[in-house]
Amino acid sequence: MYAEPRFLPAGDRALAVELGDDITPQTNAAVRDLFVALEGNPIEGVVDLVPSYRSVLVNYDPLVLDFAQLHEKLTALLASVSAGEPATPRCVQIPVLYGGHAGPDLDHVAQHNNLTADEVVAIHSAPQYLVYMLGFSPGFPYLGGMDERIETPRLDTPRTIIPAGSVGIAEKQTGVYPTATPGGWQIIGLTPLNFFDPYADPPSLLEPGDLIRFVPINQAEFDAIVQEVEQGAYKTRTEAPE
Amino acid sequence: MATFKVVEGGFYTTVQDLGRYGFQRYGVPVSGAMDVYALRLANILLGNEQGNAALEMTLIGPKLEFLEDTTIALAGANLAPRLNQHPAPMWRAFRVQRGSLLTFDGPMVGKQTYLALPGGIDVPLQMGSRSTYVRTGLGGYEGRTLQPGDKISAVRRGEKHRSNPATIPNELLPQRLDERPLRVVMGPQSDAFTPEGIAAFFSSSYTVSQQSDRVGHRLEGPPITHSRGADIVSDGIPSGAVQITGDGQPVILMADRGTTGGYTKIATVITVDLPKLAQTLPGNTVTFHAVSVETAHRLLKEQEDAMKRFKDYVDRSARTHGAGLRVLVDNKPYEAQDEDGETAAQTEPLHGDVHTSRRSITATINGNPYTFEVQVQDDGGTPPA
Repeated sequence: MYAEPRFLPAGDRALAVELGDDITPQTNAAVRDLFVALEGNPIEGVVDLVPSYRSVLVNYDPLVLDFAQLHEKLTALLASVSAGEPATPRCVQIPVLYGGHAGPDLDHVAQHNNLTADEVVAIHSAPQYLVYMLGFSPGFPYLGGMDERIETPRLDTPRTIIPAGSVGIAEKQTGVYPTATPGGWQIIGLTPLNFFDPYADPPSLLEPGDLIRFVPINQAEFDAIVQEVEQGAYKTRTEAPE
Repeated sequence: MATFKVVEGGFYTTVQDLGRYGFQRYGVPVSGAMDVYALRLANILLGNEQGNAALEMTLIGPKLEFLEDTTIALAGANLAPRLNQHPAPMWRAFRVQRGSLLTFDGPMVGKQTYLALPGGIDVPLQMGSRSTYVRTGLGGYEGRTLQPGDKISAVRRGEKHRSNPATIPNELLPQRLDERPLRVVMGPQSDAFTPEGIAAFFSSSYTVSQQSDRVGHRLEGPPITHSRGADIVSDGIPSGAVQITGDGQPVILMADRGTTGGYTKIATVITVDLPKLAQTLPGNTVTFHAVSVETAHRLLKEQEDAMKRFKDYVDRSARTHGAGLRVLVDNKPYEAQDEDGETAAQTEPLHGDVHTSRRSITATINGNPYTFEVQVQDDGGTPPA
């Protein structure tokens, strides 16, 4: 994380507030604090925000305010952010049916790491993962903090289609596919939750800066949650951040 | 009933507006028109809101059969439009009768063109926009490109057409890209390149590759060398970002770009030049020229002022029912009305660049021969100076 933020022109309609050039929870927490502050204290003329690992890209309308004015307002906001309490993230529980048809590569991940399938599930579902940012495709979370004991290379031949909700591992990363796409990740489970629903408000299950924990469930629980999700009755479950 | 039916979908025809803002934090691309400028002008011509949804057509336009009388406007690339086989105008609203067929011969100049309908295209708003993002099936007409059999409706139906269709003044017509370089603002990662890399970027010409689409335009040319690798910690990508990949080649990211990415961005194309880039075809070449953010903002304001003047003119002429046409017989002006009862010829003098044609007509009335001097004056839709 930098000692002082950098304000970088990103064309004539965006300004990047860069807080570091590392992937660490500290830098990302500073990104989240700025993002939350900008949401809570909207600057007239700011049209969109793109928070990422280490910066917030502030999209603005130059017919409303110019770079210098935006720079000034952001500097003032950053000063109030660093003086205030950091925002507490929520931790969203993600139910996952591991193995079987839902996670065809679970046994391979276990064999590759000389573990049993149950051990892989226990290790994968133990930590709270930080959602550093959402990107790549709508609702796709970039997660940090996977245990290196379950690292597994990608498939030699990517699958042509992976169902929405698939939970996978690729090298040091774990993630969830929000929509059905081709892909080469090792699929170890399936969540019944909808990570991206264009008709929902907000459309994404997760917010940047959230924590998540994977919670193992059985087939009956999976089926029950699927029904609740379809009826719009499912309530997102959260737990205290660690 | 719809306004038109799609007979052929064309190469890549989608519904687009100014884009979907407020959801990039969730990884949802902005989308929207590639040539926002042309989209806005097409809407202005019809008296629409500038951000109403229109059809974006690419290279090979669709074939559309109109199911009701309406007024349309085409702006952007000249894809050689034809209405019932006769050449149809660009940059001007025109009447289309039920049963008419709108077709396109192919690109004469540019790549993307926009068809606006009265009040915009009637598709549902999704997450604040009607823009289509095909990859996730968002917005537009069922989230996809238009296909044969699709039926599209205008928001305003059965309205009387404007009797004085304005034409876009020359000062507002897009300039050809080859007339001058694409202007860019340096950054956000211009410090990630060698001085030789920066020099190559500004002194070379780059060719637009076949691999160019709504996500971005890939360019080919002398490599732009990095000082410490092409990868960065992923961050947000602005519209027009010139990303330099590991092979030193630029990719300029456009409407359907991903929200974040992990390649260095040497510079960003300024807003007023993005439409010119959007209109480049594979094989065209581009060069780059750096300007300050302040200069980019000044250019944008000048463009907005010119557009506003034109919009005011269009709206004013619609309000006053000025016909822009004047018919005089033996030097006496006559008022005339069209089939909808709108003023088709006005008696007040015309302004601007008036074209006058004169004919002498001899007619026999009640057995007596009469000779009339008929003058038709047309202001060509010229806005006031």
